[in-house]
Amino acid sequence: MQTVPQPVSQFSAQSRVLPAGLDMREDTDGVLTLGFSGDLNSVTVARLWAPVLARVRGSAAAQTGGRIRVELAQAGYIDGAGLALLVKLRAEAEARGAQVELLGLSVNQEHLLSLAGQAEREACQKPSNRRGLKVMMSRGVADVLANIVEVVSFTGECSLAVWESLRHPERVRWKNVLLSALAVGVESMPILLLIGFLMGLIMSFQSVITLQRFGGEIYVPNMLGLVMFREMGPLVTAILLAARSGSAFAAEIGTMRVNEELDAMTTMGISPVRFLVGPRILSSLAMVPLMTLFFNFASLVGGALVMLSIGFPLVTFTSRVFANVKGTDLVGSLVKILVFSLLVAGVSCLRGLRTGGGASAVGRSTTSAVVSGLILITIADGLFAVLFYYLKI
Amino acid sequence: MDSDDIIIRVRDLACAYGSEVVLKDVSFEVCRGEVFVVIGRSGCGKSTLLKHMIGLLQPVGGSIMLDGRDIVAAKGKERLDILKGIGVMYQGGALFGSMSILRNVALPLEEYTALPQEAVDAIARVKLSLVGLERFGHYMPTELSGGMVKRAAIARAMALDPPILFLDEPSAGLDPVTSAGLDSLVRSLAETLGITFVIVSHELPSILSIADRVILMDDGVKGIAAAGDPRDLNAASVEPEVRRFFDRTVAPRGAHRTVCQQEARP
Repeated sequence: MQTVPQPVSQFSAQSRVLPAGLDMREDTDGVLTLGFSGDLNSVTVARLWAPVLARVRGSAAAQTGGRIRVELAQAGYIDGAGLALLVKLRAEAEARGAQVELLGLSVNQEHLLSLAGQAEREACQKPSNRRGLKVMMSRGVADVLANIVEVVSFTGECSLAVWESLRHPERVRWKNVLLSALAVGVESMPILLLIGFLMGLIMSFQSVITLQRFGGEIYVPNMLGLVMFREMGPLVTAILLAARSGSAFAAEIGTMRVNEELDAMTTMGISPVRFLVGPRILSSLAMVPLMTLFFNFASLVGGALVMLSIGFPLVTFTSRVFANVKGTDLVGSLVKILVFSLLVAGVSCLRGLRTGGGASAVGRSTTSAVVSGLILITIADGLFAVLFYYLKI
Repeated sequence: MDSDDIIIRVRDLACAYGSEVVLKDVSFEVCRGEVFVVIGRSGCGKSTLLKHMIGLLQPVGGSIMLDGRDIVAAKGKERLDILKGIGVMYQGGALFGSMSILRNVALPLEEYTALPQEAVDAIARVKLSLVGLERFGHYMPTELSGGMVKRAAIARAMALDPPILFLDEPSAGLDPVTSAGLDSLVRSLAETLGITFVIVSHELPSILSIADRVILMDDGVKGIAAAGDPRDLNAASVEPEVRRFFDRTVAPRGAHRTVCQQEARP
């Protein structure tokens, strides 16, 4: 086996550790002398860092542009930490106009110090990243506005893609649409039914407790039907869509962005919007009306259970629910959920497409998709409330 | 060879994935300050050997002594101490994407030393300047080129001044100029800092320019097929595995002419 000679550099890795010593003295001419002995490594430098730099900063030499002598002839092993201390010491002194002499360095150490010295000079020259409050606020507002414009334009682009798909169904990759529909609709059905059932049960139970005092528990089915069909059905379904499927859309497409799959798709001349976003939006649009109906049904089952438990027959419950809920309520709720799903699926795919680099970017995109989806649902729901009021729906 | 010169000693190493034996009876030694390269074709067990040497996988048998301590037998704090004595550069860099380059390099110092923050940052900047990235400390990993990511990964691996650095395919995916720059960096760090390098590679130009010694792994023997100076191992070797690895001559032009080419020729 070939024998490799032991490196002669004092910076070489060695297992022995000599206790570091420091002799600091300032003579009458204002020359500060720092004499190091022993090993300068991350353990000893942790102890020496603050006192050495404080002495250099407070020395007469630093204040009057005098000389600082650093004696290293007695120093042993000097590792990266020791090197950093020497670089910092020299930079601090020179920034104050003092001259620094490093004595007792080997040729290798001189070379490394000259390489490392560049680090401190770059750090000193680097412009500050601090921004004023005005700049930060104006940038924040500009970012929000740009975000709104992007979401609106992308939703428009998605709507066009859906319209084109409906006009030319032969161009749609229906297998992808079905797979996506399975994930969006069928696989989310258990949790949707559970939430619907529990919400119907809890709302009815709480309402019965309050209304029983006035003998008004008979109105609970009226209230439940109206609230679930007009408001809670589409709202909760959309929230579930954002949390469960929207996050998955963003993560899937975001990971494809990180793996350069989207770039490959683009260079192959395939539009990511048509190939990836279209099937997801189509499947969402197809599944959410059914999901809303199932949610409403589950909530009515929960409400019926409460009413049965307090002695009302099932026929009373159903007749009061459907006497109060009109066809326009159902149509209105379906229109709402279609718009919600377009917004949620669109913004989730957009966040996925805009993913940056690295694993953390996928996480940020996913979070952003869910948050943006929830905000859009809330805004759209408010607009629908105003619109339905004026349309007397 | 003086036993003090040996920094890594692998003895009778046997590695397996489930019931499939990948390496058996692997023994070799690496000297202090040496640039030691593990070569071989894809699937011959180079990366498996590396993963065992850095403690990511537990061997079926044998021992791996790193600077006098057995990483196979070590547990708890002793194992952590051994791991602090090695640095690893992964093939893709494995820089943490949520942190700037400077913070990536500073992380081991923040975790394992009692240095003040100012000192940690200064040391991290020094490490970056040693690999020529002093101006890029505030960049995020995704903003750097492949070669710069690998340099930054070397800077992070050197953060705690470990005596041994393991590099997994440092030249993979790099252009020849960047690859040559990285090779120069490795040689310069080995010579000036005295770091021992263990490099897994199959890039012949890189191996010839940086290696003091190589071992050639082969999946047929499930271990070391040849060892020595890379300049002595070549296509003229009597060992068939060595010839196969080093012989990069391709069939002469025309030997695999397509039908179209043959028809086009009068």
